[in-house]
Amino acid sequence: MLSVLISVPALAADAIKIGFNLPLTGDIPEVGEGSKNAAEMYLKDINGKGGLEIAGKKYPLEFVYMDNESKAESAVNVALKLIEQEEVVAIIGPNSSKQAVPAGGTCNDNRTPMITPWSTNPDTTKDRPWVFRAAFLDPFQGPVVADFAAQKFGAKTAAVIFDISNDYSKGLAEIFKSSWEKKGLGPVVAFESHGTKDQDFSAQLTKVISANPDFIFVPDNYNQVALIVQQAHDLGYKGHFMGSDAWGTPDLIKLCGEDCYGQYFSTHYAAAGAKGATKVFIDRYKEAYGDVPADYAALTWDSIGLLVQAIQNAGKVESNPRKMRTAIREGLAAIKSFDGITGSSKFDEQGDPIKCAVVVKISDKGEFVFEQSVCP
Amino acid sequence: MDFIIQNILNALQWGSFYALIALGYTLVYGVLRLINFAHGDIFMVGAYIAFFVAGFLLGPAIGLSPLMTFALAIPLTMFLTACVGVFLERVAYRPLRRKGAHRLYVVITALMCGLILEYSNLAVLGASRLKFPELVEKTVWHFGGVTLTNLKVIVIVAAVAVFAFLNFIVTKTKIGMAMRGISYDKFAIPLMGIPIDQIIVFTFILGSGFAGLAGLLFAMSYPVLEPFMGMLIGWKAFIAAVVGGIGDIRGAFYGGFLLGFIEVGVVTVFPSTYRDLFAFTILLIILWIKPTGLFGMPQSTKI
Repeated sequence: MLSVLISVPALAADAIKIGFNLPLTGDIPEVGEGSKNAAEMYLKDINGKGGLEIAGKKYPLEFVYMDNESKAESAVNVALKLIEQEEVVAIIGPNSSKQAVPAGGTCNDNRTPMITPWSTNPDTTKDRPWVFRAAFLDPFQGPVVADFAAQKFGAKTAAVIFDISNDYSKGLAEIFKSSWEKKGLGPVVAFESHGTKDQDFSAQLTKVISANPDFIFVPDNYNQVALIVQQAHDLGYKGHFMGSDAWGTPDLIKLCGEDCYGQYFSTHYAAAGAKGATKVFIDRYKEAYGDVPADYAALTWDSIGLLVQAIQNAGKVESNPRKMRTAIREGLAAIKSFDGITGSSKFDEQGDPIKCAVVVKISDKGEFVFEQSVCP
Repeated sequence: MDFIIQNILNALQWGSFYALIALGYTLVYGVLRLINFAHGDIFMVGAYIAFFVAGFLLGPAIGLSPLMTFALAIPLTMFLTACVGVFLERVAYRPLRRKGAHRLYVVITALMCGLILEYSNLAVLGASRLKFPELVEKTVWHFGGVTLTNLKVIVIVAAVAVFAFLNFIVTKTKIGMAMRGISYDKFAIPLMGIPIDQIIVFTFILGSGFAGLAGLLFAMSYPVLEPFMGMLIGWKAFIAAVVGGIGDIRGAFYGGFLLGFIEVGVVTVFPSTYRDLFAFTILLIILWIKPTGLFGMPQSTKI
């Protein structure tokens, strides 16, 4: 039960082996699935051409997917397994900060480069020279949400409900609160928490609603959002909700239904109305898997892109995984800017990209429609 | 004032689920002296059965209206979930009972059955969550600052009705007398010509059937289904049953509501982090004062 190991058929001995630390079961299985789908697409592209060309020789890629069950402790185990048993040269994932913060520590201690596609918590990469990311940071996302709500809803008072046992949710809730208050927008009238396995939020929501906020910020995973929004409506709340990038999966609409229509959330990209390489990616993904790719799928694609560029920067392939890991880290650190399908970004010394966020509206048909783009 | 009434209603709804599940624990314990740890997962199976029954009845093959679906889904879900409970009894518990295995081994078997139910669900249906369709068109009533949904009323009424029904069965009918008799002395009872296996199967039918009802109502109130949804709520309902005095029907009922009230009450006053800590500290204190539970009496007939 601990982890499902799905390995690609053994390739040539000189294949470049890359590990994936993904939530294929547990609280957010769609996130793992979407990431894996994007990775498979990339793998086919590269290996279809005979592999990655470095210094005149072609090296096929080999991807190893492991399930971290959406749990922090399993993510650490998976990272160790990938490093020690599979001897991968780099790891992509985990996606959620809850797993990426602890797994990042493990990768850093074991001197293995790690790129997290979706984690937005600052602690994931902080003082960890071996850990990189493809997503923007919560200290950027928090103020984006605050500004948008103040401007769009004319909100004077805000309330927050968040998952206290999830690093992502808790971190973002705190950042939002401090930035809302720092901007002088008004008080945060309720700041309520809940646990990951909770299903009944009526006590917290009764408190929130009795404080009468202009809007409620819910930086939670989509499965919890579905229950929170619906229960708030049952308790008579008629105001706005605002979400964060963890809302951005088609499953949100499946679970939440009409209760979520007309709400807004901040995210990494908007699939509707995309252009250029982003559109190509979306169309191909749709054709292969029958669904619009969510942001984590696009960010996984970009993470692999970053890694490929790092390998090309390294300019050579070492058979010793330790030497190869060092070369890839140097290659990653050398990337100063990157044009991905989720937008172009520059990297700071910490390995964090500086990139734009978009605010998306959930339309009356349940589509995620571009509303506004915010750049740092 | 509105705030307090609203929270009382919230607690009544949440406590109803604990009470409904706790009744199943207490019935089986009362008759068999067995803690059926798979009961929380039978509740989960009930929710999934309700999902498929509702999907089938709403689907193109039958095409019933949501309200008709709801009316038909109740007996169908209860029946099918009862079948699962009886199946477990046949496959897992009865062979052990025939061999005269110690109660401890039966409890371990129950734990394993629960895990098997969870992981077979995960293996068959995958980790992706399911959305339960809306069967009863939701109406929100406003009384000043207090809101009440029709679903909340259905849930609370169902819990009270089930309690009253079980109480009647156990105290007023012949089969209830036989259940109490087995609880009292399961070696003497067959000598009276009472078919002990049939009574036990009947107990499982009752307990699992109402777990199925709880699963259906839970899925309607919290319409996101996942394979592990029964684990935590099952454990907590078991604790509620113990605090009420396991084996006693009233104990399960009041214990379930007590836990619902404590949990909602703690969150109302403190941050939610303290919920389980305070809730279970209070329950522990109750057991210190009265180790047999609120309605329990040491070494006597229960149920």
